[in-house]
Amino acid sequence: MPADPSTTLAPGARAAQAVLASVPQQPGAPKPDPMLVADDVRRAFGGLVAVDVAHLEVQRGAITALIGPNGAGKTTLFNLLTGFDTPDSGRWTFNGQQVSGLAPYRMARKGVVRTFQLTKALSRMTVLDNMRLGARGQSGERLLPAFFQFAWSGQERTVTARAMELLDRFNLAAKADDFAGSLSGGQRKLLEMARALMCEPELIMLDEPMAGVNPALTQSLLGHIKGIRESGTTVVFVEHDMDMVHDISDWVVVMAQGQVIAEGPPSAVMRDRVVIDAYLGSHHDRALTATGEGLTKDGSGGQA
Amino acid sequence: MDVGFVITQSLTQAIGVIAIIYCLAAVGLNVQFGYAGLLNFGQVAFAAVGAYMVGVLVATPWLKGDPGYPLWLAVILAIAGAVVLALILGIPTLRLRADYLAIVTIATSELLRLVVRSIAFRDVLGGANGINGKIGDGFHEYNPFPANFDVPFFTFNRQDLWVVVVGWSLVALFSVLVWLLVRSPWGRVIKGIREDETAVVSLGKNVFVYKMQALVIGGVIGAFAGIVWAVAKQSVQPDSFVPDVTFFTYTILLLGGAARIFGPIVGAVIFWFLLAGVGETLGQMIQAGWIDFLRPTDVGPIRFIIVGLGLMMLMIFRPQGIFGDKRELALDAR
Repeated sequence: MPADPSTTLAPGARAAQAVLASVPQQPGAPKPDPMLVADDVRRAFGGLVAVDVAHLEVQRGAITALIGPNGAGKTTLFNLLTGFDTPDSGRWTFNGQQVSGLAPYRMARKGVVRTFQLTKALSRMTVLDNMRLGARGQSGERLLPAFFQFAWSGQERTVTARAMELLDRFNLAAKADDFAGSLSGGQRKLLEMARALMCEPELIMLDEPMAGVNPALTQSLLGHIKGIRESGTTVVFVEHDMDMVHDISDWVVVMAQGQVIAEGPPSAVMRDRVVIDAYLGSHHDRALTATGEGLTKDGSGGQA
Repeated sequence: MDVGFVITQSLTQAIGVIAIIYCLAAVGLNVQFGYAGLLNFGQVAFAAVGAYMVGVLVATPWLKGDPGYPLWLAVILAIAGAVVLALILGIPTLRLRADYLAIVTIATSELLRLVVRSIAFRDVLGGANGINGKIGDGFHEYNPFPANFDVPFFTFNRQDLWVVVVGWSLVALFSVLVWLLVRSPWGRVIKGIREDETAVVSLGKNVFVYKMQALVIGGVIGAFAGIVWAVAKQSVQPDSFVPDVTFFTYTILLLGGAARIFGPIVGAVIFWFLLAGVGETLGQMIQAGWIDFLRPTDVGPIRFIIVGLGLMMLMIFRPQGIFGDKRELALDAR
């Protein structure tokens, strides 16, 4: 854990952290250049209020981590913001444009592309086809031009070249012709991330990119996420692992019981009493007992 | 026992009119189920629409009076009918989970059969007797073959020969069109939808439109199964269009290998070869007195039992079908 990383920081990270340094460390803090702004987003499942976020801004060009205990509503908020779930109320804008209520595929076309907690590799398609599927605006994906190879073969070559470039960057080039279903869990995470990048997103939302990835691959995944920021794409990700959050994020948003309870740079957030209590339970400094699984204070259950 | 007769009958049936009808239905189902993963359990409804549209427009005086519409126009309208049916089935169900389409399609196919055979529409649709005669006249008058076809192992009468030649040409045409589609980026999207719809949505594809396109294309090809049926047999019977037709079509598709261009073709040929072969063999053995515990009328059901057992064996020992790739099945657990 680099306590003072200023010597090793990439330019993108330095810029993001410099901009964010002046942002007040409080829930709903306004950012200098917000890409995504959400207001009063609320989603209840029966009596359980999974998400109730008053205000949230995501800074352009930074890596924002969304953390919180199980059931805090992180994934539900992801689903809402990307159109995969419908909120009870709330609105949000992307690049100043009202996008709440858009169908998920329209959100993707706007430039907000997400990955999933349980990876969705398209098993019975090759890794390369998984990648090519990500490319936007392919004329061969429309029904009539699809019949005529000359109408799309040129674009197909461009798409393939870009896919191979990304696969190379994500160390999957050797697997290009294998079925995606034959990849390991970690490789699937990489593939999903690379496939999302094929969409050329402005904002990529990664839902637990490290879940189920072996430690050896974690470092390279972290490197890739940093690389995404360096290439100019804004990243929001959900994560549990505090070490990892500390390592790569420029800004941390902490959720608990559906609400944003704290915001700030990683080192500050992790010292925050509210966060420690929410994350570890207010009795975290006592010895664990048989019932003390301890990581959830609220016990509201279920991975949101 | 006449072995030559058994072989001739089996081979003739294997490439005969019925095999063509099922093959066309399976080519259409392959687009829907094999490539796009749509559980259409009402493929027979598309065949029924094709057959009845042609039958009513050509051979009944209902719309136009005695000489009805020319066959070519009826075929075009039958295609339009299949498109409309696909839209009716798809619009409410394709946004929902896959099983809803299965329920709606199988229900619709039965509903359609019961409506067309009902007494209420007997004057137009012929009730339980269906529509008979004249349907294929506009096709058979162009028959270039002067005589029946009778070579070793194959025997067709003049009419069937013409149907078989045009029928397999249709199968070839549709197979080529499907092949052109599935190798394209469009095909990649529908295969992606089969694998995981949500992932494809997250990449910015309008999944609903793609599923609808697959349903329409498969339905139109399925309608041609019904058109060939009506034209070849010169009649349309409501009770030909029972759900069994859909199930046999699935059997053929899985036998040949789903999501393979040659799957439906090979599946249909083998299925009808086996069915005819087992039936004729049993019939001959009963006639020759080798089997005395069966009567000739038992042959019909028993051949299905035997072929069914064979298909179970196939699913156990070669679950991917004849053309399938076993590696793909191994990956099925997601």
